[in-house]
Amino acid sequence: MQKQMIKTLAASAAFGLALTGMAMSTPVDDKLVIEGEEGTIELVTSTKAPEHLQEVMDTIYSGWHYREDDTRSMQMDDFDNPAMVFVDRGRDLWNAAIGKNGESCAGCHNGPESMKGLRAVTPRVDAKTGKLMTIENYVDACVTERMGLEAWGWTGDKMKDTLALISMQSRGEIVNVAIDGPAAPFWEKGKEVYYTRYGQLEMSCASCHEENQGLFIRSDHLSQGQINGFPTYRLKDAGILSAQQRFVGCVRDTRAETFKPNSDEFKALELYVASRGNGLSVEGVSVRH
Amino acid sequence: MTRQLMLVTLAAMAAATPAISEIAPTAVAYTEGKISESLTGTPGDPVAGVKVMTTNALGNCVACHVIGALPDVPFQGNIGPALDGVASRYDEAQLRGIVANSKLTFEGTFMPAFYKTDGFVRPGNAYTGKAPESELTPILTAQQIEDVVAYLVTLKE
Ligand code: HEC
Ligand code: HEC
Repeated sequence: MQKQMIKTLAASAAFGLALTGMAMSTPVDDKLVIEGEEGTIELVTSTKAPEHLQEVMDTIYSGWHYREDDTRSMQMDDFDNPAMVFVDRGRDLWNAAIGKNGESCAGCHNGPESMKGLRAVTPRVDAKTGKLMTIENYVDACVTERMGLEAWGWTGDKMKDTLALISMQSRGEIVNVAIDGPAAPFWEKGKEVYYTRYGQLEMSCASCHEENQGLFIRSDHLSQGQINGFPTYRLKDAGILSAQQRFVGCVRDTRAETFKPNSDEFKALELYVASRGNGLSVEGVSVRH
Repeated sequence: MTRQLMLVTLAAMAAATPAISEIAPTAVAYTEGKISESLTGTPGDPVAGVKVMTTNALGNCVACHVIGALPDVPFQGNIGPALDGVASRYDEAQLRGIVANSKLTFEGTFMPAFYKTDGFVRPGNAYTGKAPESELTPILTAQQIEDVVAYLVTLKE
């Protein structure tokens, strides 16, 4: 009886879901063409799911497809994209002689263009140390070890301005983080975090962004929770948000004790979530609500 | 009474003191997901139930469910089935069980358990993102569950 009931109910629930979800459940059909300094570029915002995801979904979509028209259009012209102010701040910081002995990022790396491609392949395992490295980890190593400064902190303005600048250099490149070889154990750990139902609400990332993507949770249109657009300018916060900051918010919303940015768990999760977006374009700095 | 003391007293009254006859979350008897007895012995108030179901900080059922009978509530989500007619599909005991802990009726469901205090992975102190400072309380009180059930049973086809 119990089994039978669960079965019938599941069927009616699925039916209800299909019915109610129909109206607005799909990602918006639109193309992200950006007017930028480098001219007009079109980004890949939807494509075939990477092989490791094909059992659970056919197509991956950038979060851009799930936002309102005006939010989407803000990202289509660099003049309208509020994140560019932070990119410019990042550039000033890049060139400034801020190190203990007057070092600057530019002194060692030349222009920020030297960072082209990095955002598309991070997080990655550093060949020399075997450690999983986010862009923030690389920046922190330079700031503390090579410039003799106090660490900037993972979610402070300097770190995020620099992150925005570095990420912009890879705009349009296709995300392609490695998940095999030395990355495999980190990736597995991230996957475990992704599917764990945390908190008093007992929800995993997959509960919202895989099983219910496209549906509405109150007024929020659930995206796939991709991070190819990160860091993003979040209208609600009027500031730059890094991927791991977004994770903090999502886990907090499950009435859970969150992990901290730069924790082993969130670094591994960042790698895993990035890999779910392998094939999408890096958006540089996106705009979300 | 100082303002602070008053707040503390109010909070303590709201959170801690269960009515004598109240059944604690860990003591609820489920039969195939159903709870036949009232959790409090005090009849639920459907008007209070609507408030619980439509308030973000309380049940926020409309985050996931459309309730056509409440057209003035904005932004009703569409993750779960619409609740209209739900009382024609389930009896009161089933509804009480679904609201208290839906996982015992719908295996693995996304719907949170509103009257449950243990068995969680990294539960937090409500929505602060921090570790809990004291024992967990259920998301809804026993009486709030009864109020919600009192409203749900009115949703006949
Ligand atoms: C309770 C539901 C819920 C859970 C659980 C949840 N999220 Fe989210 N998430 C949201 C909502 C709502 C948004 C905002 C709308 C959107 O972009 O989907 C969001 C947005 C995001 C975004 C921003 C996407 C963009 O393009 O702006 C990312 C990334 C994300 N979530 C990742 C995660 C990860 C990783 C987890 C698990 C650690 C997680 N989420 C768990 C509800 C949830
Ligand atoms: C985060 C999402 C979510 C929230 C919040 C939520 N529910 Fe649900 N609910 C669901 C889902 C999904 C189902 C379908 C059951 C399944 O998983 O098969 C469901 C099923 C139900 C059903 C059975 C409906 C049917 O026709 O089969 C009832 C009754 C119900 N919920 C009541 C409530 C009440 C009352 C609240 C608030 C106190 C609530 N729900 C909050 C997601 C939710």
